[in-house]
Amino acid sequence: MKEILELLGKNAKLTAADIAKTLKKSVDSVKKTIENLEKKGVILGYKAIIDENKLKDAKPVRAIIEVQVTPKRNLGFDYIAERIYRFPEVKTCYLVSGTYELQLVVEGKDIHQVAQFVAEKLAPLEGVKGTVTHFFLKKYKEDGVIFGSKIKNHRMNISL
Amino acid sequence: MKIEVSKKSALIPPSGIREFFDLVLGMEDIISLGIGEPDFVTPWNICEAGIYALEQGYTSYTSNQGLLSLRNTISSYLKKKYNLNYDSKKEILITVGTSEAYDLAIRALINPGDEVLIPEPAYVSYYSVTQLAGGKPRYLPVGKSGFKITPDILKKAITDKTKVLVLNYPSNPTGVTYTKNELKNIAKIVKSNNLTVISDEIYGDLTYDFPHTPFPALSGMQERTVYINGFSKAFAMTGWRIGYACGPENVIDAMNRIHQYTMLCAPIMSQMAAQEALIKGENVCLDMKKEYKKRREYLVKRLTDMGLSFPYPDGAFYVFASVKNTGLTGKEFSFRLLKEKKVAVVPGAAFGTELHNKYYIRICYTTEFVKLKKALDKIEQFLKEL
Repeated sequence: MKEILELLGKNAKLTAADIAKTLKKSVDSVKKTIENLEKKGVILGYKAIIDENKLKDAKPVRAIIEVQVTPKRNLGFDYIAERIYRFPEVKTCYLVSGTYELQLVVEGKDIHQVAQFVAEKLAPLEGVKGTVTHFFLKKYKEDGVIFGSKIKNHRMNISL
Repeated sequence: MKIEVSKKSALIPPSGIREFFDLVLGMEDIISLGIGEPDFVTPWNICEAGIYALEQGYTSYTSNQGLLSLRNTISSYLKKKYNLNYDSKKEILITVGTSEAYDLAIRALINPGDEVLIPEPAYVSYYSVTQLAGGKPRYLPVGKSGFKITPDILKKAITDKTKVLVLNYPSNPTGVTYTKNELKNIAKIVKSNNLTVISDEIYGDLTYDFPHTPFPALSGMQERTVYINGFSKAFAMTGWRIGYACGPENVIDAMNRIHQYTMLCAPIMSQMAAQEALIKGENVCLDMKKEYKKRREYLVKRLTDMGLSFPYPDGAFYVFASVKNTGLTGKEFSFRLLKEKKVAVVPGAAFGTELHNKYYIRICYTTEFVKLKKALDKIEQFLKEL
């Protein structure tokens, strides 16, 4: 199971047949394991990694937002976190240690939309003590994938 | 006027597959399973150590023997990994790749007419470099014994002129390696016939199913072995040209005396990067090994399903497959596969005599999975259309 997750984690396009050959297992058993992982919610979904810089259309604007919040008695941070992450504008939400509590990645069509979200939805929430917004300027690397020009090995076509 | 070149240089025959190589090198948009080096670029921490060395002004010569700190690191690495004991001051020499180490070892050991036994198929250098040194290379075909030299083959081949046995395991081009027991049996013959072994273990770290046993780790063999290794394969550092030789003091000394006038020393920045590789490179090395192993399983299954036969590849990143049942020779197969499917493999004849390797091809799995799969799909199609 761990090996299957490792393979799919790197390349979700691998077929059950590919995985079976790589791990010396039967195709059926691989299929079953994957179905099980999906059912149990270990595998939540599959998606492509897109380098938006290569697209000509207008790109969405993103910002990391540091949010200072007050925990709620008996509920800790989960309550306020949920109030925040339920907004579809919030793409990522982590509880972190340090000088603030929640770290978000918020997405909008342009700067104004993100600013508006912070001013009208996020900052006024009960329990939110303060926010600091950092707009993304350039993405170099995400989830282990380097963006921009691909680093490749400049080998010759053939060598002994 | 045409300059006359030396008779010695003429000992190296023009390669029988030069034409094929030129064709492959000139083609674009092919998938090559013919590349005998990693597809990974050198791990970043190692590159960074090389860059740092340059920034700090390490752009000079080093001692002929190589940086003592690197020799110390190699000595502790071999001790920790294989329980080998090499004195970093007297028994280790840093070379420009394992290729130079082999050349030096041969030149330091061989007198005119001495025989060097080379199990065949073999990496190309062993034979020609022996000739250049005035030695007599002799191929020992091992295709009928599982692509391994056996005590029997070895015993029968030894004459009173035999000085050196060359071992290379896991092997380029077959990927086959030896178990400890098999090596022990070879060691017995080596000892009783007073042979010296040059053991090229550049692929030792890429042994997938059981631990690699260095030849000098066998009882009584350290004093009879020149162990050569390098960073090219396991650490993906081919372009850095850095390797080393370990052996008895007098042999290393002789090698160093040749090295000082032919190469002077290995590049200092490569030496420093190599040190980083040994000290902090283990994890990245293991990650690459894991990836090769996965590809090997996939490749072995696919080729078996296609009906091709080959010795089981225990290590390195090669499969040496027979195409005899297609009715084509390895060369014909390679040419047609390249022209019809744009997939490159290497004809087996590149690795020894035409006679013994005629019906083989070498397939490398130094290609990312997606391309490897595509190439195998094409080979499968090609076989069906034959």
